[in-house]
Formats: sequence, structure tokens, C-alpha cells
Amino acid sequence: MNEHVETPPVAIEDLPLLRASGLTRFYGDRIGCRDISLSLWPGEVLAIVGESGSGKTTLLNCLASRLVPTAGCVEYRMRDGTVRDLFRMSEAERRVLMRTDWGFVHQNPIDGLRMSVSAGANVGERLMAVGARHYGKIRGEAEHWLERVEIATDRIDDDPRAFSGGMRQRLQIARNLVTNPRLVFMDEPTGGLDVSVQARLLDLIRQLVADLGLAVVLVTHDLAVARLLSHRMMVMKGGVIIEQGLTDRILDDPREPYTQLLVSSILQV
Amino acid sequence: MNETAAIDAKDAAPVYNFAYLDEQTKRMIRRALLKAVAIPGYQVPFASREMPMPYGWGTGGVQVTASVLGPDDVLKVIDQGADDTTNAVAIRGFFEKTARVATTTVTEEATVIQTRHRIPETRLGANQILVYQVPIPEPLRYLEPREVETRKMHGLAEYGLMHVKLYEDIAKHGHIAATYAYPVNVNGRYVMDPSPIPKFDNPKMDDCEALQLFGAGREKRIYAIPPHTSVVSLDFEDHPFKVQEFSEPCALCGSRGVYLDEVILDDRGGRMFVCSDTDYCERHRPEDGTAPVAVWEEER
Repeated sequence: MNEHVETPPVAIEDLPLLRASGLTRFYGDRIGCRDISLSLWPGEVLAIVGESGSGKTTLLNCLASRLVPTAGCVEYRMRDGTVRDLFRMSEAERRVLMRTDWGFVHQNPIDGLRMSVSAGANVGERLMAVGARHYGKIRGEAEHWLERVEIATDRIDDDPRAFSGGMRQRLQIARNLVTNPRLVFMDEPTGGLDVSVQARLLDLIRQLVADLGLAVVLVTHDLAVARLLSHRMMVMKGGVIIEQGLTDRILDDPREPYTQLLVSSILQV
Repeated sequence: MNETAAIDAKDAAPVYNFAYLDEQTKRMIRRALLKAVAIPGYQVPFASREMPMPYGWGTGGVQVTASVLGPDDVLKVIDQGADDTTNAVAIRGFFEKTARVATTTVTEEATVIQTRHRIPETRLGANQILVYQVPIPEPLRYLEPREVETRKMHGLAEYGLMHVKLYEDIAKHGHIAATYAYPVNVNGRYVMDPSPIPKFDNPKMDDCEALQLFGAGREKRIYAIPPHTSVVSLDFEDHPFKVQEFSEPCALCGSRGVYLDEVILDDRGGRMFVCSDTDYCERHRPEDGTAPVAVWEEER
């Protein structure tokens, strides 16, 4: 299965970071997503778009190994270059991967944050989970990341409960990025925010993704968000991918009737 | 023994099995204890029984004591260090009646010591068993409410969250503010709640010669620290673990380096600090009968 890894002439950047093949998830008789194959390269932002119930989040959860697929496999290229099947890894390994090399940004920051501990502890949690035991250094790192996501450092000891929606979302991003992950999953990261806050958050995400060379799988129903952030795009309907390609191509020249409908449904101000 | 005791014993004999619990229950608890000793710090589930006392009064400790007690044992029971408080007196009486074992208040004489929230000041020896009463065995409980998740965290030794709590303490109070039930790492593997003993007692658990058993009746968990096991209190490199220090000695016996209780004397702010370990305190009083408390009162 992993033979291609051993061929030396291929540069490591040219190999996909994440590869899914034949990914299928059923909920009883109902289809979550069906027979989905995709590859994601380092530093690439892939948007998965589609209407509610199209299977976007199911696919994302399967990719992030938060949900076990009914069929298919997901392979991930580890930092040491080996390619591993996520669902053949031990749970311990998978959990280590999830809190070091990966990030997951939830639509609702409450799902991704510890609401009863301070912002600093939220950011520092991953560091402590991988063995950081120096309070001063953990705090310094937390301050650095709060600054990076434009949260005033004097809010470091405040609970996220005292934060606005936009701040919480930025805190969630900081919490995920503190271990320098290579891959971040985002589920509607700007959902539920008003447009000006959304715009600033998008700016921030775009900047961080570029600075850190993150690979991102972004699920959104908002085509404008997808256009701003993503390089490549997949359109889902009824649990299958009906169209994929470069973001600009899909948005400017949609081929499938459903994609055309989706693109033409964007409200113009 | 006087006449009343004889009548008591006669009455008790047909009613109770030795040490109250039936033999099958004691075997079940001993099996749990063996497993707990084999995996230091790991919480072993056990079929906790109803005891003739409410949860929170030491039902876990009493069941463990009942299971390890033999006819030749000498039992001591302390409640926050004291031999003469309600809980201690009641549990001691319980085993006097149901097991007819000898009891004592002298730490060195005891072979089994059941304790609520203290470790005696006197160093424990290899022939002794210390049984703790535990209200909440799960150190991660208030950080992660899902038991499924906390068990997984123990299984995978994912203890970063424990340090999140300590981080919060330092961020809010400038130092690790936890003073009791201070989390420890046992044998380099499991993080364990040492029951609500003051953190002053934590160092006594490390490399202790006595066998330490923990019973949580309501939560149905047993765990153990075998003799000579490493017990390390969690901390940060730049905020190391420290025990409480007291500026003055015990007002009754003058001992230093022991854990003191504050006793309010009047409603005008009068107070004194005395040993929480009553046995230790009584045996360290000056022999000439001069109570240092009087001196201290005059100094005011």
C-alpha cells in the first residue's frame, strides 16, 4: 500500500499529506457520505461546500477520525515521512496525533474550548498535554498566541465565557495552533458571526494559513468564505462529491447544474 | 473487660459475622485489593455494599478495614488526625463490637489504621496498614465530567489536564493554591487523588513502609499504594510542590514540623494552633505539666 513512499526521486512536498479513498459512512440505512476519495497536499486549503445535510460534516469527521467510516480508509503522512492508515493506528497514537500535528476548529467555540478555565490555560492545555512543565514558558507561549490572534494579552486570565463570539473563535484557533500542527480541520469557522467580525476572522485565518504553511480542510456552506480561503474546492450533494476543481474555476465557471444553482444563489449586495 | 462488654459480646456473636461483612464480600474486596496493589494508583471497581452508616462517613474505608482485619489486629481510627471525634469513636466501636479486635489510639501499637483525611505524624512501619476513607477517587472529576473519558485518559496516561488545573491556580492566585487532595503520580504511571489529606502529608506517602489502601464506598472504587512505592506530587518546574509551613509550634506540646489545626478560643479573635494528630500531641506534652498554651496566653 505504501510503496510509493519508498521511491526516492519524489520530493516529500509533492506527496499528499492526507489521502482518503472510498470513504463511506452510513447512519443505519441513511447515507452520510459515499465513496469519497481525495488527497490534500501540504500547505493546501481544501474547501468542502454544499447545502445543509449534504454530508460535509460527516466527511470532515471521518477525515479527522472523529467518526469511524463504514468503509474506506484515510491515510496520513506522519512527520517522519511514514504513511499511516488512521483507523489502523492505536487510539493512543491517534489521540497524540490529534493534539499535536492536527487541529480541529469547531463551528461553535464552546465545543472546542474549556469554558471554565482561563484563556491562557486553554491555549496552554496542548503544551501541557505534550509534557510542558514550566509555568513561565507555557504562559509566555500563550501570550504570544493570544497576540497572534489579536486578543489583548491582559485578557489572558479571563474565562472564555467573558469573551465575545469572535474572540472565542480566535481563542479556539490559537488553542489549536500552539503545537504547530500541519493540518487543521475547520467546520464552519465563521458561522454565527456578524459580517465585520467574520471579515476580520477570515483575514486572520488567511494570514495564519499562509504564514504557517498549514494544510486545511474547510467545511462551509458559505461560498464567499470558500473563495477567500481555499485553493481547491469540492461540491457535495446527497453524500457524494458532484464537482471538484480549483476554487476560482468552480465559482466562475460551475459545470454541474447544482453548482450553478449554488453559485447563483449567493446574495449580491 | 467488665460485665457490659461481656453481654455485648454475647449479643453480638450470633448477629454479625466477623467484622460485619460476610465472607464472600470480604473475598471480593480482597480480590479488588490484590489488583489494586498490583497496579499502584489504579482505581479498581468493586461491588461496594450498603453499610450501617451513610455514604460520606467512611463506608469505603470501613469495608476495606473489615476485609483486611484479622482477630489479632490492633485497630486505630482517626478522623482528621483525632482519635476522639464522632466518626473515629463510632467506627472504632463498630469494629470492637463486630470483630472484637483490640483497639488503640497509639499509632505505633496499631496494625491497621483507618483514617479520614490525615496521615499520622508518627512514621509508619512495615507491619502496618493505613486505610483511607475516600469521598471522590477520580482526580480528574472536576476537570472532565465524563467517566468514560477520564478512564480513557488514565488508560492512555493523558494527564495534561491535571496541569491545566495547577496552571489555573497559579494564574489566579500566584501559587498552586490546592491545599488538600493534592494530585500525585504513583509509581510513574497513574495520577491519583490521595483523598482529602492536607498536602502537608503528601511526602509521607512516598516510599512509605506501610501498605496504603484507599476505599471509596459511594463511588465503588478501591486503590492502593504498596510499600516503598514512589509517590510524586504534581508541580511545575518553576513552581515546585511545597507543603504548608506553620510559623508557631503546637500550643499544647510545642512540636514543630507537624500539621496544626486552628482552634478558636473566644469571639475576640483569640485562637491557638494545636497538633491535628491528637495521639502525637498527647505523647509530646512536656512532662512537668507546663502547658505552653498558658505561656502563649500571657505573651498576648
